[in-house]
Amino acid sequence: MKGNIKQISWNLTKYISLLIGAIVVLIPPLVVLFSSFKTKIEYLNTDKLSLPDSFLNFENYKVVFEQGNLDVAFKNTAIILVISLIGNVIIGSCVAYALGRFDFKLKKVILGAYLVAIMIPSITTQVSTYGIITNLGVNNTLFAPILLYLGADVLMIYIYLQFIESIPKELDEAAMIEGASYFTIFTKVIFPLLAPATSTVIIIKAIAIYNDFYIPFLYIPSEELSVVSTVAYKFMGPFGGEWNVICAGVIMIIIPTIVLFLVLQRFVYSGMTNGSVK
Amino acid sequence: MANINYQSTLKSSINKSIRDRLPTISYKTQRKILLFSFLIVPLLLLCVFTLYPALQLFYLSFTYWDGFSPTKDWVGFSNYRDIFINPEMFSVFKTSLYYLGGGLLQLFLALYFAVLLNSKIRARNVFKSILFMPYIMNSVAIALIFTIFFSPEGTLNTILSLVGLDSLQHSWLGNSNLVNYALASTSIWRHMGLSLIIFLGVLQSIPKEIYEAAKIDGSSGWNTFRYITLPSIKKVFELNLILTVSGAISVFEIPFIMTKGANDSMTFVISTVDTAFKYSNFGLASAMSVILLLIVGTITLGQRLLLKERD
Repeated sequence: MKGNIKQISWNLTKYISLLIGAIVVLIPPLVVLFSSFKTKIEYLNTDKLSLPDSFLNFENYKVVFEQGNLDVAFKNTAIILVISLIGNVIIGSCVAYALGRFDFKLKKVILGAYLVAIMIPSITTQVSTYGIITNLGVNNTLFAPILLYLGADVLMIYIYLQFIESIPKELDEAAMIEGASYFTIFTKVIFPLLAPATSTVIIIKAIAIYNDFYIPFLYIPSEELSVVSTVAYKFMGPFGGEWNVICAGVIMIIIPTIVLFLVLQRFVYSGMTNGSVK
Repeated sequence: MANINYQSTLKSSINKSIRDRLPTISYKTQRKILLFSFLIVPLLLLCVFTLYPALQLFYLSFTYWDGFSPTKDWVGFSNYRDIFINPEMFSVFKTSLYYLGGGLLQLFLALYFAVLLNSKIRARNVFKSILFMPYIMNSVAIALIFTIFFSPEGTLNTILSLVGLDSLQHSWLGNSNLVNYALASTSIWRHMGLSLIIFLGVLQSIPKEIYEAAKIDGSSGWNTFRYITLPSIKKVFELNLILTVSGAISVFEIPFIMTKGANDSMTFVISTVDTAFKYSNFGLASAMSVILLLIVGTITLGQRLLLKERD
């Protein structure tokens, strides 16, 4: 009987804790969702938790889409994302194949260089990186963020390196007996087997790049090169007094990621778990 | 020889893929070509955008440079001296303590929720998705959401008045005694889900049989947690701890967007960015970056060595 009461109260604690957690997470964005359907007068005169008069008032969305430069931002973000992700996958898998499957003179040096690199967070080196990007003449072009997403973070190398260890070398040897070239072994045997690492890299990097503010803010300040983060940052200028419009913009920016997340949940979780325990 | 083979292959079929032709090159040559072509671009990127900037940073930290002029004047240690005699610098490090505290709280919350979600529970996936969701949200969007949340007429004050705690209402972001708590809790809100998923992944990898055996042996819930769960997540917990510490020192986005560092919420990275890009003092900013780099680098190195020692 005593055990039963203990069990019940623990169960109750569990659900209450989770409910409180869920409410704390949901309330701040829900308020923004409500506000995005409110008119300016309604926004100023009602309290934040109250529901809007109508959930069909899309006026704010129209305003923010027409004047907020969102279409440009989504396009630029997509370009940067696609090129950076493909580049990350190619670089990560190629380096992992070269370092994971071959022994050569400089191997230790290269591994050491990557080890040093992982200890240099890119946020600390921006003061000098800025000069390099300027000297290369790519400042204020989409090349700047792409190059930095490819070169200033070496996480993908580690994810691939760790994963390639788990692919048995006998597979390479079998392919060699059949006369396959190293390149064929890479493209036809190794790369397909690296798929879990590839999905991990894509998910971690996609979230990081879509949410990154620092690099686009520093390197692509011009209007027509806006990405999602910088365009959101600029909302506070033209719509400064109209938080209901800003709210619509915020919702438009977080909706795509939430939808993608809900669809790809399983992969996102495993990506996060694989990527962190390096 | 290779040439003849090459031609005969070409003749045999134009549809034949490249792989039929390559084996005629010896594996030794192939190896050289492959290593070179697979590594040259990644290594160039690594050197140009990670290693060289770090070295350059050390050099710049001993100069006075406005970021544009071709000349950089050598000033020795004076940038470092300026940092250490500037009392503002200490307040910037004090600000990190709020994020450090917040980060620790976040880890314990994440562990608590991970244990809950790993137990028998209804709607597990719904709770899991909700608690993780902030992590995938755009950082600027989060900063805007919480600017509204903490504004004088905002969500938090509305809730406080609803439950009759009007006396606790504050201008959260405008009050220098409260602003860092507000910002650090925003940071907890954003990052808790990631730690939660990582902990949960480790918890789920503990075989269920061990828990069952413990139950049969009459182990209490707390003892099971203490002697089975805790030891298995120790390594991941430490890893998260390191990330929390370096994250606390290098926090940037949330305070930069929400307060621009006003009301005593200035952080080290905001201050560095301002020094370089607002006040065009790249030398001083480099010296600040070097200090940050050394702190974060030492922490990471320490953790790596610690892990290695134990393996």
